[in-house]
Amino acid sequence: MSTPFYVSPEQLIKDRADFARKGIARGRSVVVLGAEAGIVLVAENPSTALRKIAEIYDRIGFAAVGKYNEFEQLRQAGVRYADLRGYSYDRTDVSARGLTNAYAQTLAGVFTTESKPLEVELVVAELGAQQAADQLYRISYDGSVADESDWVSIGGGTERIAQLLSAEWSPGLSLPQAVALGRKALGASREGTVEVDSLEVALLDRAAPGRRTFRRIGHAELAQLLAPERGEPGPQDEQAGEQPE
Amino acid sequence: MGSTGFPPPFLTSTTSSFAEFAAQAAPHVLPARRLEGIVSADAAVTAGLAPHGTTIVALTYSGGVLMAGDRRATVGHTIASRTIEKVFPADSQSVIGIAGTAGLALELVRLFQLELEHYEKIEGTPLSLEGKANRLAAMLRSNLGLAIQGLAVVPLFAGIGDARPRIFSFDVTGGRYEEVEHHSVGSGSGFARGALKKLWRPDLGRTDAIRVAVEALYDAADDDSATGGPDLGRQIFPVVYTVEAAGQSRADDDLVRRTALDVVAARAEGGRA
Repeated sequence: MSTPFYVSPEQLIKDRADFARKGIARGRSVVVLGAEAGIVLVAENPSTALRKIAEIYDRIGFAAVGKYNEFEQLRQAGVRYADLRGYSYDRTDVSARGLTNAYAQTLAGVFTTESKPLEVELVVAELGAQQAADQLYRISYDGSVADESDWVSIGGGTERIAQLLSAEWSPGLSLPQAVALGRKALGASREGTVEVDSLEVALLDRAAPGRRTFRRIGHAELAQLLAPERGEPGPQDEQAGEQPE
Repeated sequence: MGSTGFPPPFLTSTTSSFAEFAAQAAPHVLPARRLEGIVSADAAVTAGLAPHGTTIVALTYSGGVLMAGDRRATVGHTIASRTIEKVFPADSQSVIGIAGTAGLALELVRLFQLELEHYEKIEGTPLSLEGKANRLAAMLRSNLGLAIQGLAVVPLFAGIGDARPRIFSFDVTGGRYEEVEHHSVGSGSGFARGALKKLWRPDLGRTDAIRVAVEALYDAADDDSATGGPDLGRQIFPVVYTVEAAGQSRADDDLVRRTALDVVAARAEGGRA
């Protein structure tokens, strides 16, 4: 074997991060919003079979952007983790924090040791008894974790989404308001409007009767929810920066 | 994949079954693995160790299927519990009732409920009713060693499949049998079946079906010492679940209580005691 060229660790990490970021920025965004009714997860996803939003456990939801096969593998691992933990101990012992740690460790491990980082960004959301107790975690391709409580967005175009949501999000949104805001935010990320047919929406429902609070909101219900919210203004940050890389 | 984060089976497993995954990743949590080889090979000895749950009845009615169980568990000739519940929702569309070794049976129910939920989450779609029944049969088969050692679990499973109410019974070897109209399992099942045969009609409504189930359990408790009848002193009555097209639901406790009081009163008439 010939002697490899020297590559500084800084350069190596930067190259990997650039590679992962490019892959993630190509995908469409997902926003997760706290609301009075629960936690609302909104994705732009024309496919009704390949989901970006999913149920992990009774009060824990999952959202992802990036390469489907990679985040699908992570989603299944999360379901297995939560179900095994809930079966070994009790259903109330499954927490988003523990799951987030497992995701972070896994992503960090792949980022530093494997030949290719995972091109994914994840959100793990746990529904609280009241809105103030909701927990939202954003986990990046390198395993870094951000802990949010109000809203979180992942994927390409998040700068414009962040600008819009920090201006327009407020505590105590109703379900239709939160869905409409989520749709508007996704539209803002690429200066357009997202058709109802290409929205994937789910709710961790604070008023759910049973243990399992995750509920998908189909296109028919979505059209109804969005109907009275007509006339929302277009994206307001026309001058916002270009797509990240 | 490094030493931290998810262990490899979490990421590489291809099964949609929780039981299969747990056997790979954490076999110590599964009940059969824990007990096998520990319990005595003498069935008579082991059977005396643990509480047994007794009679479960199921019957179809117009638009749905009902399952009900008495509230008694016994160890030998002693009553181990007066309040045990032996009928459970398996998921939103089906119910499961259990007779036999109570500890193992309750754990089997927990595992089965999780199995259905796990499949639904991994695959994004629920199993068919037949698929659920087959899964339950496979789980019983893995329990066969314990059944031979005297720790048998005998479940009854019901739900709506192919747009009609259906009942499945099982044996310890994993045999799966579809029952028509009605069925009963457990120590009082012979007496309950006799009652069901006389009382079941094709056009039963939900309230009538609850009445028939309570009568059948009453007859089982009448003649089988291991089955508990309505306990008027403590106000303990059977647990009744129904499944209709909209999903499963637990019958209102007050309705069951009133039905049980009616049955007791009707049986007292004419000085038959």
